[in-house]
Amino acid sequence: MRQSSERPAAVPTSPRPAVGAGTSGRDEAKSILGALAPAVTLPTPECLGIEHLSLFYGDKQALFDVSLSIPEKQVTAFIGPSGCGKSTLLRCCNRLNELIHGVRTEGQVKLRGADIYARGTDISNLRRRVGMVFQKPNPFPKSIYENVAYGLRIQGIKNRRLIDRAVEEALRRAALWDEVRDRLHDNALGLSGGQQQRLVIARAIAIEPEVLLLDEPASALDPISTLKIEELIYQLKASYTIVIVTHNMQQAARISDHTAFMFMGSLVEFGLTKDIFTAPKTRQTEDYITGRYG
Amino acid sequence: MATSSDGSVSSSIKTWVGSGSPWVWLAAGAVSLSLVMVFGVLLLIASNGLRHFWPAAVAQITFNPGAGEPLLGEIADRESVTAARARESGGRVPAGATRVDRLLIKRGNRDIGGEDFRWVNVPDIQIIDYPADAYTVERLEWGNLYGRIKALREGRTEVPLAELSARLARAAELRAGIDRLQRVSIGAANYALDAVHRRQKAERKAGTPPGSQSVLAAEEQALRARYEVLTTELQASITALSRDHLLLETVTGETREVPLAKVVRLYAPNHLSLRERLSHYGAKLWEFISAQPREANTEGGVFPAIFGTVLMVIMMSVFITPLGVITAVYLHEYAKPGPVTSVIRIAVNNLAGVPSVVYGVFGFGFFVYLVGGSVDRAFFADALPSPTFGTPGILWSALTLSLLTVPVVIVTTEEGLSRIPRALREGSLALGATKAETLWRMVLPMATPAMMTGLILAVARAAGEVAPLMLVGVVKLAPTLPLDGNFPFLHLERKFMHLGFHIYDVGFQSPNVEAARPLVYCTALLLIILVMSLNLAAIRLRNSLREKYHAAE
Repeated sequence: MRQSSERPAAVPTSPRPAVGAGTSGRDEAKSILGALAPAVTLPTPECLGIEHLSLFYGDKQALFDVSLSIPEKQVTAFIGPSGCGKSTLLRCCNRLNELIHGVRTEGQVKLRGADIYARGTDISNLRRRVGMVFQKPNPFPKSIYENVAYGLRIQGIKNRRLIDRAVEEALRRAALWDEVRDRLHDNALGLSGGQQQRLVIARAIAIEPEVLLLDEPASALDPISTLKIEELIYQLKASYTIVIVTHNMQQAARISDHTAFMFMGSLVEFGLTKDIFTAPKTRQTEDYITGRYG
Repeated sequence: MATSSDGSVSSSIKTWVGSGSPWVWLAAGAVSLSLVMVFGVLLLIASNGLRHFWPAAVAQITFNPGAGEPLLGEIADRESVTAARARESGGRVPAGATRVDRLLIKRGNRDIGGEDFRWVNVPDIQIIDYPADAYTVERLEWGNLYGRIKALREGRTEVPLAELSARLARAAELRAGIDRLQRVSIGAANYALDAVHRRQKAERKAGTPPGSQSVLAAEEQALRARYEVLTTELQASITALSRDHLLLETVTGETREVPLAKVVRLYAPNHLSLRERLSHYGAKLWEFISAQPREANTEGGVFPAIFGTVLMVIMMSVFITPLGVITAVYLHEYAKPGPVTSVIRIAVNNLAGVPSVVYGVFGFGFFVYLVGGSVDRAFFADALPSPTFGTPGILWSALTLSLLTVPVVIVTTEEGLSRIPRALREGSLALGATKAETLWRMVLPMATPAMMTGLILAVARAAGEVAPLMLVGVVKLAPTLPLDGNFPFLHLERKFMHLGFHIYDVGFQSPNVEAARPLVYCTALLLIILVMSLNLAAIRLRNSLREKYHAAE
């Protein structure tokens, strides 16, 4: 679906040869992936680079000069107390903040080297490359099939067989296929909360994004559904760069490779998850992860 | 002792008030009162209206000696009046009576006696009986005739009475044929001839070469010939129709000759079986719904009014739905909140509160004179000075009512748009949809139930509106429907009939109010049923849409 020409030329060695392209070139893609697999080792290249980002809601500043580098094909978690700006930072990565009246941003967010805030950026195209899953499952009031196909239809794809295959592939990868294969044309609102959230993830990955932003994806779910989502994130890591906002520190520790701790709109500490949780460099981080406040 | 019991009473009242049950009772009372009022009105209208089609018994009233000639007719009403009033109206009142019962008799025979209805004091009556050989003759003119059948004639020769029903059927068929001929064939020929005349006039003005004029003249010739043929045919039918006559004797012994051509229906109401009564009822009801009005709208049907009402409401819906939805989408989705938007919103809300007759005056000045006049000057200049669009018509009525009802659609659609969860819009945008795509694929479909609600309210208001329509297009009797077989089929410039106006006209402007009263009830019932069925259709549509997008609610 996504044309290879859309990929920025700046990163020709990007180890992303259409991983799991849900369509025609799938087998071919797999073989390329196999051939390249040994090359995907350390050091991981940067996927999203946030540079000196500040954000204002009217007069109120919500983000203060945040800079961090989100690595390719890893899970990066944003943690911090409520209202610290982690969701705002996440929503800067696909420019969804712009929907709010009176929002102003300064600084840069680079997706594979290209500033997404640059003049003339195609926002629709950006959002296709940077998918997002919200805190509360938000399936559209359509059938399960139409939910997953929505992004494809937006791109003007009409070929039914193509869409059928993409829907199945996305549902399989979201670990939902076996549960819904017999009722693809039922209303998605009839699914359970956990299924709905996996459906929303399937909807996001059906259009083959490069980055997946997850905004507290499991906070509205029961423990078993949460576990399923976490397993899913672990599997999706092979194909996508994942950024997750979470309140649950155990979750961050379990699933993320890198963790950013934010407080009052500023980035306090960013590093490998095991470092943050075992040897935090700042007192604030230590207090937060040991539960002394927040 | 007494104080303690007082205390317990007041405290029990307090607990009762505190429990909230007074409010429950109050609410329940208000609901039941509304229901009683609604059903009461419906019942009143239905019972008064629907009784009209039942074949009423024909009573023969014989008066006491010296109190007058016998009467034959339907007993329409009974009331009790004071003796003084009864005396005033000319009846004899027995000595000592304070109140007198009197009967309203529909005696028909308007061509003989003049008045259709007559009050009769009960004390004057010697006997009332219901003769089996009394006939009710429904006529095309002069209302009902009550009497006894004496003979059937073809020209001067008598024909056995057994042939009556066959000859009646023949007359009805001939009448239908004449009606078709006049309405459809001759109407079409006239219409085509008019078009040719307009073209001729236009060409003369433009000074085109005589070649095309001769083509037109030939066309005109052909049309005239066809017209001649049709008129001859019509004349033949009319002659054939006037062949048979019925001789009837009234109760006072006069003999009347009624041409079968003028007889709509003929029956002996005192002699009918239940099945015949039912079929008579059905036929009359069907006539009311499907036929043209007769006798200054006091008889016959109301089909043109039903048709005009429905067509006008549909046209109005076609105008207001896109307009209202687009306005609401702009106000809610695109316009930046600010003083201008608030002013627009306030203006829209206030529009809904302007008295409807003001819209009528505005529509008359703006649509009819300004817009219609300009359209005439621009496109129908050759027909001037007789106006085409510069005169009240169904298009201007629909547009005027659109102005009246579009605020409702705007407000409800906006409410529907604001009810759609932000999460769904964001979900769509996050998949790479643009704002317009999100609107088109997600938001608008989910807002359709709200749009339908707006449309329901608008239709309910528009279908019952009369005052503005009297200025911009409704008439008492429209010779043609706004939709017919002549190109371009939908004639937007034509005047039309409307059920609401029909009620007003028949009820208050009719020369024969007493005879028209049941029709007022029937028409009112019909209007209510029409509005209700339009609403029910829209509500069903809305519910199915709601089910489809049940996240929006």
